Amino acid sequence: MTEIVSSSSPAFVRPTAARRDIGIKRRYAAERRFRAYGMVAIMTGLFFLFVLLWTVISNGYTAFQQTTITLPIEFAEKVIDPKNERAANPSKLMTANYPLLVRDALVKALGIDPKNRAEVKKATEMVSASARMQLRDIVIANPSVIGTTVNVSLLAEGNIDSANKGQIDLAVEESKRKVNDQQIGWMKTLTDSGAMTKDFNTGIFTFGASSRPEAAGIGVAALGSLYMMLIVLVLALPIGVAASIYLEEFAPKNRLTDLIEVNINNLAAVPSIVYGLLGLSIFINFAGMPRSAALVGGLVLTLMTLPTIIIATRAALKAVPPSIRSAALGLGASKMQTIFHHVLPLAMPGVLTGTIIGLAHALGETAPLLLIGMVAFVVDFPGSPMEPSTALPVQIYMWANEAERAFVERTSGAIIILLIFLVVMNLGAILLRRRFERRW
Amino acid sequence: MNTSLILLLIMIVGFAAYLAGRSRAIATSNGKLSVLHSLPGYHGTYAAICAIIPAVIVLAVWAIAAPAYIDSGLRNALPETVLSQGAATAELALGQVKSVANGLNLLDDAELAALNNGSANLRDVLAAKGVPLAGEGEAYMIKSAAQFNQMTATSRVLMAVVVLLIAAAGAVFALRGISAPFRARNQVERVMLWTLMLASSIAILTTIGIVGSMLSEAIRFFNSVSPASFFFGTVWDPRFAAAGSEATQGQFGLLPLLAGTLYIAFVAMLFAVPIGLFAAIYMSEYARPAVRSIAKPLLEILAGIPTIVYGFFALVTVGPFLRDISAQMNGLITGNYVSFIQAQSVLTAGIVMGIMLIPFVSSLSDDIITQVPRALRDGSLGLGATRSETIKKVVLPAALPGIVGALLLTASRAVGETMIVVLAAGVAARMQLNPFEAMTTVTVKIVNQLTGDLEFNSPQTLVAFALGITLFCITLCLNIYALYIVRKYREQYE
Repeated sequence: MTEIVSSSSPAFVRPTAARRDIGIKRRYAAERRFRAYGMVAIMTGLFFLFVLLWTVISNGYTAFQQTTITLPIEFAEKVIDPKNERAANPSKLMTANYPLLVRDALVKALGIDPKNRAEVKKATEMVSASARMQLRDIVIANPSVIGTTVNVSLLAEGNIDSANKGQIDLAVEESKRKVNDQQIGWMKTLTDSGAMTKDFNTGIFTFGASSRPEAAGIGVAALGSLYMMLIVLVLALPIGVAASIYLEEFAPKNRLTDLIEVNINNLAAVPSIVYGLLGLSIFINFAGMPRSAALVGGLVLTLMTLPTIIIATRAALKAVPPSIRSAALGLGASKMQTIFHHVLPLAMPGVLTGTIIGLAHALGETAPLLLIGMVAFVVDFPGSPMEPSTALPVQIYMWANEAERAFVERTSGAIIILLIFLVVMNLGAILLRRRFERRW
Repeated sequence: MNTSLILLLIMIVGFAAYLAGRSRAIATSNGKLSVLHSLPGYHGTYAAICAIIPAVIVLAVWAIAAPAYIDSGLRNALPETVLSQGAATAELALGQVKSVANGLNLLDDAELAALNNGSANLRDVLAAKGVPLAGEGEAYMIKSAAQFNQMTATSRVLMAVVVLLIAAAGAVFALRGISAPFRARNQVERVMLWTLMLASSIAILTTIGIVGSMLSEAIRFFNSVSPASFFFGTVWDPRFAAAGSEATQGQFGLLPLLAGTLYIAFVAMLFAVPIGLFAAIYMSEYARPAVRSIAKPLLEILAGIPTIVYGFFALVTVGPFLRDISAQMNGLITGNYVSFIQAQSVLTAGIVMGIMLIPFVSSLSDDIITQVPRALRDGSLGLGATRSETIKKVVLPAALPGIVGALLLTASRAVGETMIVVLAAGVAARMQLNPFEAMTTVTVKIVNQLTGDLEFNSPQTLVAFALGITLFCITLCLNIYALYIVRKYREQYE
């Protein structure tokens, strides 16, 4: 482009207006088309984002409501403890026939003939099988309840819950529905009498794994995720910061540090499932740590998050201007003092932002956890990171594989909760950056 | 005394050393701090380091070495009859002895006495305490177990004493060395520097761990299946063998999985690249700052959504939608309402993965396009080119190497993606070209082979590591090449 050809050619003719217009029109049309492609591309991306969120929210918001049936349960002594052995043998209370109590209460409330076995069976199917545990826990917590009648809110069975939320198409032929016409009639009776209500679903936050959708919750999985996030935070933040300080401030420029640098960039792009294989082989097979434990999951996620934190920290350290370092060194601080007393505190907002983003990433990660055995049916809250536990995204994966309609709702509900966590974390990172980031 | 309690005690000794060191340094200075080479705090920290670090190292070595030493002693003490039956039996006996030892700790004196004079059955007694025993316990086991318990206890006490003595000795050594000219700060900073170096070496250790662990397991796999039949086999049929039946040796052909992986990644890229690239061009060249500041973060939300959510989206929305719409189209054309797209198919997985990749393509290319120097654009615009001509003829060619690098990084992500394909691609390992049918990928098979009950000696599970190292190599090559291109390109304009 250094030589500009002058218009000395004798064939140069001043273009007429008409000739110029033809070209311009075509070129401007191309320009408009090109611009439109760009707009369409962005719109398409946003459209998919919208559809994705819409799918999750429209499927999932009902998961935060749960149908309950409040029945006056008569804790009859002749059912729970017919031989009066509970004083001598308290374990009798564990195995008593609690479903019979529910059946009797339901039969009374609906006015069904107790002799009509088929109807009684259909009616008892409306209450979740988890009612047994619920009543058992009431009796064990307070044995004096035996012999009295108490109003107890029982969970409705998953299909009844779906029907009550209007998710089951009643126009479908009765035999192809999960809920028959008689049950719908009873639902109406119960609703009219005020026994059947839709309440805020606290269970989804507190329950553990269950094969029954109405008794399944993310409580246990969330605790497992919390353990893992704490482990990641405690390990990845100090190690990541220390590594970045060394690489950014102390490391001599040689082959080795080059290698480390390439290595870290690479590790950031290694597929997460490979970290799962690493965890399985090193932590579980070689070091003998327990399978399914949050500890192993936390370690794997730590290794996975480290590159993210290191890259963010190095960028933050780089952004601190050299004048700060020169000033500290000039006043007689050692290099270590300069970094720990002046550079690192100024870089801290960037470090924390990177850490939060890394944590958010780790929170949503599923694949490596599947390989280290965290895809387990865990009902009880893990008391320590060494006990079997599961994680929020793994719970979502397990529910996504369940067939029932009510589980689609639960899965979407769990996804909403996970996304809320992620949004809060990312918003926190953005606010942190806005609030503390300094432009030099 | 357990390990964490010892650790706590060491920390307490260290803290005491810190306080003592500090006050000693202050005392040495006689109220004139400037005669000290280092601040009192550094003297204190130096004392704490001397107390803690050697003790912790000894503790760690002891905790790892002692069980191995006790085991070997115990193994030699096993009766000849057991040792002569080979290593596996000895290991089994050792395991039993350990669980007996575990159980003995729960018994009280009377029960122990009953066991020792042979009046009580070992298995029943232990079962009553909730310690299950595989097989009948033998008489020698009680003795071995008692010996084991005793050795463990001795080792523990010895460890506690030695470690605490070392901590105290370190503290005393450091405290005696405190004097005004002592360069405590330099010593402390040297330790800190070593800590920093150690932390940065973890990145290398992780890579060594990944390669080493996968390689060793993969070699075990290749001992039973030849590498040729793995890398060039066209049939994937691992056949989970029933316990004990050695005869059913499955076929482990990599090619169908690789074909599925690359096909799905290709469909995803076909979907994501035009959208992402045009979005990037629009945002860097056309969009007003206000539009850009809204659209860019919104698109990047797509990158922050966990992949399991995309998998669920594919499973409940995209898959059924494609199936139904294909049934409708088929019905309109042929009158036969049969879907020709399966709910789990290459297309479903590809599209959903493509959606996930849009923000990667767009933000990486956006960065690269904005790096093209202003002067190039201005020159082209000044010569009368329209915006789009400038982009097509000047900006994109200049940014091309960087964009290719960005696309390679994106492709490596597509190849390694797991949760979307687990839920949307299906599990049938087939080699075919129809995008409407299900195919499976390397990552899906890794998950399939390693979830559930495992036995770590069978090729059925070890194959996952061979698959893993293949995947690692593919993504490594893509990443290194991409990073190389991006870096080279960046230098060009700096």
